[in-house]
Amino acid sequence: MSKRIDVNNLNVYYGSFLAVEDVSLAIEAKSVTAFIGPSGCGKSTFLRTLNRMHEVIPGARVEGEVLMDGVNLYGSDVDPVAVRRHVGMVFQRPNPFPTMSISENVLAGVQLNNKRISKSDAEDLVESSLRGANLWEEVKDRLDKPGSSLSGGQQQRLCIARAIAIKPDVLLMDEPCSALDPISTLAIEDLIQELKDQYTIVIVTHNMQQAARVSERTAFFNIAGTGKPGKLIEMDDTTTIFSAPSEKATEDYISGRFG
Amino acid sequence: MTTTQDAPASAGSTDLTARQEQAANTIFRGLSTTAALLILITLAAVATFLLAEAWPALTDASGELAAKVSWIKPDDGESLIQIAGFLIYGTVLISAMALLIATPLSIGIALFISHYAPRRLASGLGYLIDLLAAIPSVVYGLWGAIVLIPVLQPFYQWLADYLGWIPLFAPAEDGTVSATGRVALSASIVLAIMVIPIITAVTREVFLQTPKLHEEAALAMGATRWEMVRMAVFPFGRSGMIGATMLGLGRALGETMAVFMILSSGLTYSLQILNAANHNTIASYIASQFPEANSQGVSALIALGLALFVITLLVNMLARWIVSRRAEFSGAN
Repeated sequence: MSKRIDVNNLNVYYGSFLAVEDVSLAIEAKSVTAFIGPSGCGKSTFLRTLNRMHEVIPGARVEGEVLMDGVNLYGSDVDPVAVRRHVGMVFQRPNPFPTMSISENVLAGVQLNNKRISKSDAEDLVESSLRGANLWEEVKDRLDKPGSSLSGGQQQRLCIARAIAIKPDVLLMDEPCSALDPISTLAIEDLIQELKDQYTIVIVTHNMQQAARVSERTAFFNIAGTGKPGKLIEMDDTTTIFSAPSEKATEDYISGRFG
Repeated sequence: MTTTQDAPASAGSTDLTARQEQAANTIFRGLSTTAALLILITLAAVATFLLAEAWPALTDASGELAAKVSWIKPDDGESLIQIAGFLIYGTVLISAMALLIATPLSIGIALFISHYAPRRLASGLGYLIDLLAAIPSVVYGLWGAIVLIPVLQPFYQWLADYLGWIPLFAPAEDGTVSATGRVALSASIVLAIMVIPIITAVTREVFLQTPKLHEEAALAMGATRWEMVRMAVFPFGRSGMIGATMLGLGRALGETMAVFMILSSGLTYSLQILNAANHNTIASYIASQFPEANSQGVSALIALGLALFVITLLVNMLARWIVSRRAEFSGAN
């Protein structure tokens, strides 16, 4: 169910502006890969190219290839909608649909493309997804209440449940804890540890301790200055990055001597 | 010495600025409260005026009113109450059909502008739609009567020929529809064109307010653009769409000139919207009778106006109720 991703010589443009330059990296299946780096270095932009969500922004385009188990996501016959069904995403701020109940939120993705599922299957899927997101015990008695009635951390776990309900191969997380308190953050981090048994997880984070806690591999992105493109500086095992990085820029960043 | 004098002076000046801010707050609160009260006062004044002026007609024993007002003919089944019934029916029927035509079109246009069109086309189109709202209703009436109706008349005959089994499109007994085309459907179509800009402008703004967060949530799950619209844009804009429709309905219910110029009027409860001399609206009826009305006549017309006021009030309350029914799920948390 989980797949590996290989990125070869990827450039990302907004119109004529080169936002991310020449990224090549490999993301292993069933592992957690963290992207760290200063604000504006292109790590979130790059993350979005892995499920073609950058295309939502007018003028955004890429050059190069992203291979998921050998299939180029940017092949001419590949439908971005289909890509996103295989590569789920969790956003910076929890975004359950406010007009839907908790269970409707979980099922939102499954019912896309006019898929019908029986009531009992739907109930099973809601339970298994919410269990998978460590939220079941907290919400099982109020599944028909609006998703927005939950706390921020619960909402974010609801979004994770919604993402895993469609059984993606890869789960992208764009700073999933940046709007959460420490306890909710811990809950999400525990969840990430459990999810990596089944999914390939890529997480963007500003919090270096978080990268160190949850990930096996870490990629450091940096930017030379305003108006310059973001670049991948280096990628290595997380322990190596945080103990003996090979680039000086990485060491400066993780030790706080940045800029 | 100087320091002791300075200290109270500076304390005094901070006191002063604090008081000034407080005064500004009080003034502003006063202004906005007055503005809000003004609405209530206006509404109460209109309602009082309608009630007071209509009172003579409403409390009159029907014989006397009929004697003094030429268009009230209880013997022909046209007492004031009966006329009001016909007119309420005609008003609601014509406005409802206008909304039925205008709402889907407006939502389609708004959605195209907000989510489908390239940015440059969208702004140009939005500007044109706004311009359409500025055209006076007399012009719409003229255009409808002179240009649109002759074009529509053959289409009406076609509707009656092929869909005549639907009561709405039933032709007259000889199988033909009105040769002039001055029928309820024409009035509805022109009204629809008039309310489209209003509904479009409001729904467009509402659609544009859809949080990016929710749109991206839908897209990231593999929603197509249409699925994203259904999942994120429509639910978010639901109360706005209802509000916009109600604004449009308000204009359609109250529209006078265009209907007056287009519709060949009559007083019946007929469903046949392709035949002339079947329907009329309250506003158009008031306009047609007002110039020659004596004081009792004016009072009777104002009673009809009161009926229109009540309809509008009821429609708005209904809309409020619809919007509030699922307030918990509105996303305004």
